[in-house]
Amino acid sequence: MTTVPPPAPPRRRPRVPLAPYLFILPYLLIFATFWAWPIVSSFLMSFKDSRLGAAAGYGLSNWQRLLTDEFFRTALKNTVIILVIQVPLMLSLATTLAVALNSRLLRARGLFRFAFFAPLVVGTVAYSAVFRLLFNGEFGIVNRALTGVGLPEVDWLNQPVPAMAVIILAMTWRWTGYNAIILLAGLQGIPEDVYEAAAIDGATPWQQFWKMTLPLLRPTLLFCLVLSVIGTLQLFTEPALITNSGPGNATMTLGTYLYQQGFRSFNFGYASAIAYAVAALAAIFSFAQLRLFGRDS
Amino acid sequence: MTTLESTPPVTRPSRGKAARDRTSAIWLHVALIPLALLFLAPLWMMLVFATHPETAIFSPNPPLWFGGAFKENFDGLQADTNFIRALGNSTVISVAYTLLSMLLTSLAGFAFAKYNFPGRNILFGLILATLTIPTFVTIIPQFILVARDLKMSNTFQAVILPTLANTIGIFYMRQAFQTVPDDLLAAARIDGASEPRIFWQIALPVVRPALAALAILLFLASWNDYLWPLIVLTQKDSYTMPVALGTLVGLTRVSWGGIMVGTAIATVPFLALFLALQRHFVAGIAGGAVKD
Repeated sequence: MTTVPPPAPPRRRPRVPLAPYLFILPYLLIFATFWAWPIVSSFLMSFKDSRLGAAAGYGLSNWQRLLTDEFFRTALKNTVIILVIQVPLMLSLATTLAVALNSRLLRARGLFRFAFFAPLVVGTVAYSAVFRLLFNGEFGIVNRALTGVGLPEVDWLNQPVPAMAVIILAMTWRWTGYNAIILLAGLQGIPEDVYEAAAIDGATPWQQFWKMTLPLLRPTLLFCLVLSVIGTLQLFTEPALITNSGPGNATMTLGTYLYQQGFRSFNFGYASAIAYAVAALAAIFSFAQLRLFGRDS
Repeated sequence: MTTLESTPPVTRPSRGKAARDRTSAIWLHVALIPLALLFLAPLWMMLVFATHPETAIFSPNPPLWFGGAFKENFDGLQADTNFIRALGNSTVISVAYTLLSMLLTSLAGFAFAKYNFPGRNILFGLILATLTIPTFVTIIPQFILVARDLKMSNTFQAVILPTLANTIGIFYMRQAFQTVPDDLLAAARIDGASEPRIFWQIALPVVRPALAALAILLFLASWNDYLWPLIVLTQKDSYTMPVALGTLVGLTRVSWGGIMVGTAIATVPFLALFLALQRHFVAGIAGGAVKD
């Protein structure tokens, strides 16, 4: 392996056959065992009836069940509701924040950055616990604040719509700064003279934002959108810990339902079918977003 | 875009512009300060509640400033779940995972970036193709493999091994190594350096900043990971910090002051680290996202 190559022109890539394979091998073994194979295995498993006493062999029973299972439909509906409300809410807020944090008029930039970016180091379990406590219906500080300003209390965690709202608020708190960082990097890639030129042409800051910033930011926004959608489709910790999927199944998501089927009922076949349904949804959403918003990329 | 070629590059703002800027600046801060306080509030309340007894947390006038019950709350937490043990487990797992993952992804990333070898594009394409696959898809076969076939439940390696297959790290390190000049490696090769030595002593030091950013993200991801450890760790002694806290959250008779102590201990070191290394955090997140 360490043979000195014969005097070759220095600009050519070296011809060392063994080294790159050895460099890749450790990762590749892990990748094949714990990532590539499970992807295949899970697909096969989704065609297997894994309930106790079921006949061995392959069939479509899991997929048929998926189409008629009302719990799956509830989980799907809840997940899509969260997706459709939370992702646009978060990305508009993140875009606004990125523009604000990028403004040359802003003072104490470091403090603001810390306030908005700090949530991204907080673990999902930790912030779920905090939000559950803050939104406690009887004693939570949010209700104390509401009554303090003369508003009625809300039984946040025991009513379907407020419970959903808490999850959306919690996710927005945690992920807005993360997306703002990515968008800020995108903004900083826009050359300053583009704005100077627009200002000279008499464009107002509002026009500059809609006509220039937003179109130039589109690839970055698209990236954030795709990532956020895939993340939200896999939402698990927040509904599991903040609302326990409740009240009833009002905040049950595809993630918590999959966990329940896979690791409470140990119905691996059906859980695999749910997992592939999530993957299919992720693929459809990503494709649609690329077609709708990714014209030039 | 503009036709005013003669405009000097540095334009002195006119008096009218300065006044308008001042108004905009005021509005900007008026909008941003309350929002920033709202974003800081959950963290603030977590820290405050960690230092108050249950009766104060749930009183009609909840405290907004620190109290003196931290020790009491910590003891409650330690009694509810062996939190010190969980912290130890989390530390070992996160450190081991970060080091191993840095090694694996930089080795592979280096090979993908700096060598031309048969199969490179196919292998890289294969890894690329799995990038957007949700982790849900792999979690059940991973569980069967780790818990049933390899009988590794409740061990460190059960938590670490499957998560080492992270594809983002490969892209990240490949991109970082692409910035290393070919001439530098060629020169070392002419001097007779072996390929592992070229990797370790020439290429790796060049990408140190990228590696630092990656390390932070890997450590944080491992430290906060919940679903996978929850699945493979079933005995209390093997719990990581998030699993230990997660089991408490759903219980009825539990010390909320204690839980807040736990979340604070899990979070505060990283808030401090974030303050100190904000640049690296931001570079890591933005670098993984914005390509070319």
